[in-house]
Order: sequence, then C-alpha cells, then structure tokens
Amino acid sequence: MGKTLAEKVWDAHVVRRAEGEPDLLYIDLHLVHEVTSPQAFDGLRLAGRPVRRPDLTLATEDHNTPTLDIDKPIADLTSRTQIETLRRNCQEFGVRIHSLGDVEQGIVHVVGPQLGLTQPGLTVVCGDSHTSTHGAFGALAFGIGTSEVEHVLATQTLPLRPFKTMAINVEGTLKPGVTAKDIILAVIAKIGTGGGQGYVLEYRGSALAGLSMESRMTICNMSIEAGARAGMIAPDETTFAYIDGRPHAPKGKEWDAALEYWRTLYTDDDAVFDAEVTIDADELEPFVTWGTNPGQGLPLSASVPDPESFADESEKAAARRALEYMALEAGTPLRDIAVDTVFIGSCTNGRIEDLRAAAAVVKGRKKADSVRVLVVPGSAKVRLQAEQEGLDKVFTEFGAEWRHAGCSMCLGMNPDQLAPGERSASTSNRNFEGRQGKGGRTHLVSPLVAAATSVRGTLSSPADLEPVG
Amino acid sequence: MEKFIRHTGVGVPLRRSNVDTDQIIPAVYLKRVTRTGFEDGLFAAWRGDETFVLNNPAFASGSVLVAGPDFGTGSSREHAVWALKDYGFKAVLSSRFADIFRGNSGKQGLLTGQLSQDDIELIWKALENAPGTEVTVDLDQRVVTCGEIVAPMQVDDYTRWRLMEGLDDIGLTLRHTDAIDDFEAGRPSHKPRTLV
Repeated sequence: MGKTLAEKVWDAHVVRRAEGEPDLLYIDLHLVHEVTSPQAFDGLRLAGRPVRRPDLTLATEDHNTPTLDIDKPIADLTSRTQIETLRRNCQEFGVRIHSLGDVEQGIVHVVGPQLGLTQPGLTVVCGDSHTSTHGAFGALAFGIGTSEVEHVLATQTLPLRPFKTMAINVEGTLKPGVTAKDIILAVIAKIGTGGGQGYVLEYRGSALAGLSMESRMTICNMSIEAGARAGMIAPDETTFAYIDGRPHAPKGKEWDAALEYWRTLYTDDDAVFDAEVTIDADELEPFVTWGTNPGQGLPLSASVPDPESFADESEKAAARRALEYMALEAGTPLRDIAVDTVFIGSCTNGRIEDLRAAAAVVKGRKKADSVRVLVVPGSAKVRLQAEQEGLDKVFTEFGAEWRHAGCSMCLGMNPDQLAPGERSASTSNRNFEGRQGKGGRTHLVSPLVAAATSVRGTLSSPADLEPVG
Repeated sequence: MEKFIRHTGVGVPLRRSNVDTDQIIPAVYLKRVTRTGFEDGLFAAWRGDETFVLNNPAFASGSVLVAGPDFGTGSSREHAVWALKDYGFKAVLSSRFADIFRGNSGKQGLLTGQLSQDDIELIWKALENAPGTEVTVDLDQRVVTCGEIVAPMQVDDYTRWRLMEGLDDIGLTLRHTDAIDDFEAGRPSHKPRTLV
C-alpha cells in the first residue's frame, strides 16, 4: 500500500522505533520565540546540557514586540523581561536570533519561509500552535509545549506517536474575491474546531493548484483551529519557484538533489487516508465569523444565526453564549455589523500578498471615520518590500496606521489591543473571548474583506464598494 | 535528574481533597522566565491563613506531602510540579492523583506514591499528633513508613524505574544518542542550516 505525504515525511525522520514506545523523530528545523522558550533554556542550564544543534535552530522576537517606537525601551515589564531573556539565552547557547530592529525580525512563521529555511519534506517545530503554517511547503510542521522545546533543544528529536491522516479535498474554481482565508474558514466551519483532533490534514484538489505559497500558508496556518496537529500541501512547481534563490535555499548541485527528493513528496495514488472531507470551491463565498470560536463562521451574505436553529445542544449553548459576548442579535445581516477596528496582519495574513490585496482595495479611497485601521506587516522584510512598492503610502493616505512587524493585535500581548466592548474585523486566526483585548469582539475575515470593511465601516466585501472616482 | 531510591523527611498532612493545580500555584505566577523560584507561589492562596499547615514551623521544612484524594486536578501547568519541588518536596502521597499531574511529576523527579485512604488517614493522625515526625518513602521496596505505620505504596514499574535511574524525558532520549548520531550522519547535505 502506498503512503500519504505525511507518512512519507514521518518515516524519513524516525531515529528509533521500538515496540510499545513512541517513535523518536528527528527535527530538521526548530523555531524559537520569547514566550515559550525561557523555561526550556533554564531547564538546559539546570541540567548542564548544551543545545545539540544550534545550526538547526532560529529565534525571533515577535509575540511581545511593540509596533510603534521600536527604538525605545519596551514599556511593559513582562514583555521586556521575556525579550531580554531570549537575547541572553541565545547568546549563551549560540542560537541565531533576529531581534527587534533587525531586518530579518518578524513573526516566526513569516521569517522561516522568507529566509528559505522552510522547505519540503522537513520536520519543523516551534513552541507555537501556528507552526502548521510551514506545512504549506510539504513539511511536517507542528506546535509543541515548553518541555518539548527543551527536549528538542537538547536532543534535536521528539518522542511521538504517529498522527492520523485526513484529506481535505478542495475541488473546483474559486470565484473572484474568494481567497485562501475563506477556504480555511469554510473548512473549519464544516469539520468543527475539534474535527481535526489527532490528525494531520492534507489539503488537496484542483482549487489549490493555482494558489500562491502565501495563500497556501494561510490555509495550513489555521489547521490548528480545526484541532489538527498539522496541515500539509504537497509541494509543486509553485513551491520550488518560491524557495529558489532565497538565502537558505540549496544552491547548485544541492538544489538539484533537493529538487529530486522534493518531487517524491506527494500522497501515492493507492494510499489511504483515515478520513476524507470535500469542499466545493465553486460554491465558496467570502466567509466571516460571527461567534467566539473559528468554527462559528458563515458566508458574508448570511445573517447571524439563531442559536435555537442548532440541533446539537452544546452547539446551541455555545451559540447563545457567543451571541451574548459578541452583543449580536439572531437574524442581523452580517453585512450590517459595524466595527471599530480593522486589523490587517498576523502569521495568517501578514505577508506581502495580503498587504497587496488589501492595498488594491483601499487605493484612492478614504477609510470610514468610525474605524481605526491597523496594518502590521508580518516581518520587517515584508514591511520594507511593501514600502518599496509604495503600499505604505496607499495605506496612510487611506487613513490607516502603518506599523512595525510582529504578532501585534492578533493576541494583544503588546499594546495593540481592543478596548472592552470594541469590535474588530481581523485577518488573524482566533476570535476567542478576550483574545484581542479584554472584552474585545473579533470577526475573522480575509484581507479583502478587512479592506472593504474599513471603507464602509460594516462587514463588507470589495464587491460591495462603489467604484473609485 | 536526581535518582530517587529512598527518602526520609518531615511529613506534611494536607487534609484536603481535590487540590487542583490552580490551588497548587495560581496563574499569576506563570509569567516567570525561570524554571526555579516557584516556591513562593506554592499554595499561595492558603499561605495567608495562619492555620494553614505549612505555616506551622514544625512542618515548614517538610519534604513529604501527604494529601487527600484527587490531588493535582485541573490545568496541565508544569509549574505545579516545579513549585512543589522548589519548596523542597520530594514526594507526594495520596490515594488518587490526576493523570496529567502524575505524568508531569514522573517526568521531573517528583515521586507520586499511591496509598490506601486508610493508610493516609493513619499517617495524617500520626503527623498531627507529633508535628515534625519524619516519613520514609522507600521506592525500591515500594513502602512508606511513619513510626509504627508501614504502608504499601503503588508506583507503576516504568515510573519507578525512571525515578530510580534518575531519568527525565531528555535523559531517556539521550540514552539513544548513538541512534541520533547515526541518523544525523545520513541526513542529506541539502537540508538547510540556520548558521553558516
């Protein structure tokens, strides 16, 4: 019997297999940030252990970093301590770090691919659940806890039991204005926030072939919101072209050898998935969430659902609670929901393509007076590239705030937060209660919907806008 | 990780059941960046109460916690084990432990020994009648002794072996360093490196 893509990558990394024990899996790339690493480094120090492979480890500062006044000391003491601790740890253990102000600094999941470090067939881990992003390259990439971070630092391996595999077939052609974000929000709405538990999701099908790497990363990024350990997409010419020429891409003969290997990374025709789900791409519309988990989403043309319409009792209760927290009434058209803040950024939608898409919508327009618009590039490099393309001017003339790179309002660990009761349209990945600030209310949307919403002040798609001029 | 074969120390009677990890260490202590120094957060909500057992000087230097049933329920935070260890506890005895807490403890060298509730009651009485009484936890023989009381202790074979060998998860993996070396020798040279 053939193997799935996930099984091929897994099997290629088994250091040791023994009856009744987890597999010992080799880790090709370990990404580190300031929030989940301090105790791991301290554990090494206590045990007198070194980092086994600093040359397979990379640290960036992202979760806590401010997006304004980055040349000044960080005001929040906890944030400053975590960042200073990471810097000290990296220096002591010989780990490469890209600090605030460095041209390669940015969200860990934007930086890895941008440097060409994320490649097909790798195992990639990070103490962050959105590590699944890197699966867009055909890597097996997943988030780990702090003890596991220490384990990987010390041994470059992890003891793990194999994951199950689930195929997500996205067949058909996307309508204009429908993007990767809409695909993944529709997938999560379909299988639920626990539907992927224990699985690696492999996204396949005709609708994916034409997607850029940025779009594929958006899809894999949110696999965790369906409960999955990882998400993957088989590499193809689009993948290879994206990597070619990046700073850490293989060169010369190494490139040829790598390419030969990468071309073997697909699910065999006779492989069997543990589960399969199919999504009709032709039917998809711009998707937005109305509730307080990423599975509570609907097409923008729909209305806030009536909790009583859910058959399942726990879904009914969850919907009731969500509507109360979100201060929404059943039956309200989603397009009538007014927001205070629009956030464009995060490891889900903070890459150059996302900023280009949003800029194309707002170019030559003015934002709604009632809305604050925050544009936060996913990395310092993305910010620079956007500035070279003049996107920063498009945004600032529109009335948006052009910020420095980081996780920012996605999780509100830095000063970029919603005030209690404020409502956002956000291109990030989680609409949990209080995620973007205590009492804040989040609607997850694509960059196109975020941009159009910032023009009209209510949840909107570009199709709802009057032509410019 | 230090080997655990036998330990003798002052027993601390914690007459409470369902002590969850939020009670062992509240969330406010989780912002730290170190793996040590969590002793001040241990049972923080109760330490202000003069009658709390650890506020009795005779128990303050305790190293064997004798707790009620269902110890360590709730959040999976590893800090709960760190706090107990940092305070100086080497072993926790109870008639029932929460799974995640027991798993976390085993990985970090804190012995969780299961005794019958009857034996726990006997030990509580002995400790309360003479605060400062020592308890001996013999992992090798799987027996707890406290004065005249001799109580059988349940610890699964695998955890017992790990504790007696002093092996944490990383220590266990490092026993296979040869396999890791071999694997690395065969890794293709086109795989990326972060340092050049």
